[in-house]
Amino acid sequence: MTSVIERPSAPQSPHTPSLVNRLKPNLETLPTLAAIVIFVGMIIYGEIAYGRILQFSTLSNLFINNAYLIILAVGLTFVILTGGVDLSVGAIIAISSLVGVMLANAGWNPFVVIVLMILIGSVFGAASGILIQYFNVQPFIATLAMMFLARGLASMLSTTPERLADESPIRALSTEIKVIDGPKINDLVTTPNVVIAAVVVIVAFYVLHKTRFGRTVYAIGGSEQSATLMGLPVVRTKLAIYIISGTLAGLAAVVYTSKLGIAQNITGVGWELDAIAAVIIGGTLLTGGAGFVLGSVIGALVLGLMNVLITRDGSIPPEATTIITGAILLVFVLLQRLVVSRKRKT
Amino acid sequence: MSNTPSAASSFVKTSIKQPYIWAIAALVLLLIINLIKDPTYLGISVNGVTGDLSGNLIDILRASAPIMMIAVGMTLVIATRGIDLSVGSVMAVSGAVSMEFMHDAGDGSLGSALMAIALALGISAFLGLINGVLVSIVGLQPFITTLIMMLAGRGLAKVITSGQNTSASNEFFRWIANGTVLGFPVVFIIGAVIVALVALLVRRSALGLMIESIGINPKAARMAGIRPVGLLIFVYILSGVLAGVAGIFSTASVMTVEVAKTGFSSEMDAILAVVIGGTSLAGGKFSLTGSVIGALLIATLDKTIVFLAIPSSATPAFKAIVIVAICLLQSQRVRALFSQRRARTSTPRKEAVSA
Repeated sequence: MTSVIERPSAPQSPHTPSLVNRLKPNLETLPTLAAIVIFVGMIIYGEIAYGRILQFSTLSNLFINNAYLIILAVGLTFVILTGGVDLSVGAIIAISSLVGVMLANAGWNPFVVIVLMILIGSVFGAASGILIQYFNVQPFIATLAMMFLARGLASMLSTTPERLADESPIRALSTEIKVIDGPKINDLVTTPNVVIAAVVVIVAFYVLHKTRFGRTVYAIGGSEQSATLMGLPVVRTKLAIYIISGTLAGLAAVVYTSKLGIAQNITGVGWELDAIAAVIIGGTLLTGGAGFVLGSVIGALVLGLMNVLITRDGSIPPEATTIITGAILLVFVLLQRLVVSRKRKT
Repeated sequence: MSNTPSAASSFVKTSIKQPYIWAIAALVLLLIINLIKDPTYLGISVNGVTGDLSGNLIDILRASAPIMMIAVGMTLVIATRGIDLSVGSVMAVSGAVSMEFMHDAGDGSLGSALMAIALALGISAFLGLINGVLVSIVGLQPFITTLIMMLAGRGLAKVITSGQNTSASNEFFRWIANGTVLGFPVVFIIGAVIVALVALLVRRSALGLMIESIGINPKAARMAGIRPVGLLIFVYILSGVLAGVAGIFSTASVMTVEVAKTGFSSEMDAILAVVIGGTSLAGGKFSLTGSVIGALLIATLDKTIVFLAIPSSATPAFKAIVIVAICLLQSQRVRALFSQRRARTSTPRKEAVSA
């Protein structure tokens, strides 16, 4: 997968392959393309079968409801690109939102609270990173430990739902802003949360595809040993990606709290799996080295849309949702497996 | 398990060299903490009428049985460089199947209890088989394969009971968890027998060696003529079946399956028990004795936290501290620090634990 950083045979611009080039159908982009096809297919199917899918209100709700998942998925994209994994994000959301709501209700300045919530994520991310990088702990185990720690600490703070006061300024992040005033309730609306998610995606896209840091991330995923031998700052980068993932989990907690206004110690159970699923559906190889931030966004939207369709359908029991998520995940992992084995042959 | 020593002294000698000596120390420490809080903590009383033993230690044995089951399965899977994240969900499926079957049968007979157990174990074995096939033949990563099974299994359990927490009444099934034989809880005796059987199977045949060889160096194992496919399928099926047993254990005590809670995050307990027992997550050499001690330690930790009146939902934080401490002890950096201090003593170490 080092082809991303050293692609001498790219036709027009040898050093920075253009976006068009990147998106041309090849083995590397196949999973992401499959995700886009599935997303479009789901929209078309939903529109035909249930109606009222391809309209402003449904689509804007899709973004509003999944803003936190998009942010989480972006953070995990960095981690999975290096071949690691971060299981602590769901638990970080729990402790960060719990602390945030309690402090806000205690009368702290909302800006300080928001910054603190994000920093809590950074601290847990840094702890995972240090364990992984300096003490050779497997990413899986280190982040698992952080997940337990965050979840346990959250449970010590409170085991009952904490409600954010209605007049709290943090809730302003989820005020709905009409962009296009459609007929009846069919408006294109957005919230500051969606804007935050969009900014995160754009910055992550820029960082991953246009900076040295991003190239180092891909190089580590391709082969950590080669990256070290090439003199790339492997240690610093790996530490940084876990901090990024933790920080974005903190940010996701802000987004989620402002939307729901309730925090509990069991908030975010299993969200790390949703985020991993989004990243994998979006075409990032689990082994690292290949993938796209925008793919992860599509992956998150596929999961969100799936929930909408299941609710609309009504005949599928909600219990079966996780089976369907699992099945979709399996299909994409098998697809990845196919891609990797093809690549080995060529 | 493998080197059952004849004399007690030699057992102590070999034990001290084992990696799980720290787990035993932690276990003793926890018991001492409890003892300080309540000097009668270790007391075991005998019920004059039934001859049943009761006391905190017996409770710990009872609670450790399900963890022991999944920890033993997990040990073998981890020894092959794999991981099985689906054990908790398989527990829920197994519990759901048996409860649903007995609820529908409704006669509370021994026959329906046996049938429920057979069905539950059969489905658990099948889920393990799927894991094994995906890992060995299709070649998917164990982590993601069993993660998918964890998601799908939890969903399957909910579908089986249509999202309800099904209850059933069957005295024979209930006896598994609440009954006693010679004063000891049945659940612990069954658990111990199963562990002994598995230990005999892998240590008295070449199976254990072959499993270790896959974990130490898959390529070399293949060159030596060991076929990994069958072995991998075997360990995942075994892990599934043992998780099924654990599911029966944990639902039989309350005769209810809580589809969202039964076995939830049990995979973490199992992994923790294995790591505490000194089996490296990098695969290779494994210690079933260590994992059993790890399971006992976790059960003790759970009970201690409840006993000290800390909210039980805070338990994960303590487990996290244990994981981090063990990982730090195993890491090269910390060991290098230790070995510098006592460079001349050549203490036997376990296999290098890295990555």
